[in-house]
Amino acid sequence: MAESHAKVQKVGGGRLCCICNERRAALKRPKTLEQICRECFFAVFEEEIHQVIVENQLFNPGERIAIGASGGKDSTVLAYVLSELNRRHDYRLDLFLLSVDEGITGYRDDSLETVKRNEIQYGLPLKIVSYKDLYGWTMDEIVKIIGLKNNCTFCGVFRRQALDRGASLLKVDKLVTGHNADDIAETVLLNILRGDIARLSRCTAITTGEDGPIPRCKPFKYTYEKEIVMYAYFKRLDYFSTECIYSPNAYRGFAREFIKDLERIRPRAILDIIKSGENFRIATSTKMPEQGTCERCGYISSQKWCKACVLLEGLNRGLPKLGIGRTRVLDKDQKKDLKQSIGTKSIASKQCGSLDF
Amino acid sequence: MQLTVEFGGGLELLCNSVKIHNINIETPKGAQQLAMRDLLVWVQNNLIKERPEMFIKGDTVRPGVLVLVNDCDWELSGQLDTTLEEKDVVVFISTLHGG
Ligand SMILES: [Zn+2]
Ligand SMILES: [Zn+2]
Ligand SMILES: [Zn+2]
Repeated sequence: MAESHAKVQKVGGGRLCCICNERRAALKRPKTLEQICRECFFAVFEEEIHQVIVENQLFNPGERIAIGASGGKDSTVLAYVLSELNRRHDYRLDLFLLSVDEGITGYRDDSLETVKRNEIQYGLPLKIVSYKDLYGWTMDEIVKIIGLKNNCTFCGVFRRQALDRGASLLKVDKLVTGHNADDIAETVLLNILRGDIARLSRCTAITTGEDGPIPRCKPFKYTYEKEIVMYAYFKRLDYFSTECIYSPNAYRGFAREFIKDLERIRPRAILDIIKSGENFRIATSTKMPEQGTCERCGYISSQKWCKACVLLEGLNRGLPKLGIGRTRVLDKDQKKDLKQSIGTKSIASKQCGSLDF
Repeated sequence: MQLTVEFGGGLELLCNSVKIHNINIETPKGAQQLAMRDLLVWVQNNLIKERPEMFIKGDTVRPGVLVLVNDCDWELSGQLDTTLEEKDVVVFISTLHGG
């Protein structure tokens, strides 16, 4: 009796896939709680991403698309699935891998090896842009000067620009990134915690920067991290999984843990948080920063100089703390300060692997 | 009982970067069978060399750590109550490391 009971438990209750009703279920989908087999999982996983692409009109035939590739799970699965869907549904896209070399010994050099393998495995041309070439500094050199405390400020600001610059070198029409549903829920939460209203309204958009030089989009916006990792595992995809050695990132880590705790109790919470973010509206009386261009390098900026230029100026003048401190918003003159605080505060709050677009 | 325990997604860093461990584990005294809850305790005591909080939270794996028993999501087999047999393969994958 105990024996047979154990056997039943063991093979997932001998439960069959609720889609095909033939094969043994291999996982429980967090989104729907369905129990499905490996083959049906591949099919629904890919099909849902295809639907997101079609419904949101993410691409047009003939476009050149760069995939922001870090060598990690999300961008690796994205590169694999996109090249698969491009063939299957005849999107007629020219796909490229675009990687940023921050110059972090033992972290980025290893993960770039993964991207180089992906270049061959998926047959996608790879372009690597480095901080050293773009800014004259590697992250290792920056950390030597600034220490471990604020380095993610640099990492986040520089990486965002580096991706844009790489994308324009590749002459692509769009940049896609592997941000998944968990990432976006986490960002919604963080923007609420920081009172960052400007970002809160932007962070759930599937496509951003349409007014800028290179729009960015997130085909995995509704894709759970659990499924991305399961997909990579079952497909035996080759990805790199080591934490950035320079990212202590306590605040973001805390938000992530909270999201994961919620997911365990109620997996739908992730989609619900995204929905809350989507439905969020800014009162028209809230003054938003105006978009302009950096007087120094021409990059989009709401300030005289873009964030990267402010940070670089500090580094080059030996004042590395320049542009990092949080500007205090005073009660007396809040209105006057609002515009400035959005611009400056965001430098301090940008984190490594920053998700805000 | 012989089992294979595998770590992925960065969890291997908690056990001297060794991904695959062939282990020998005894069924607890008085128990009929070995369950995942017993294996978790054993793994924590014998394989995890640093930062156990990246692996365990409370009496189970930390949220964000996926568990597969013979390539089947343990959420389908009763999680901690999943019972193990000779030659089973248990895989732990962290989803929490870099995207
Ligand atoms: Zn099926
Ligand atoms: Zn600039
Ligand atoms: Zn960093």
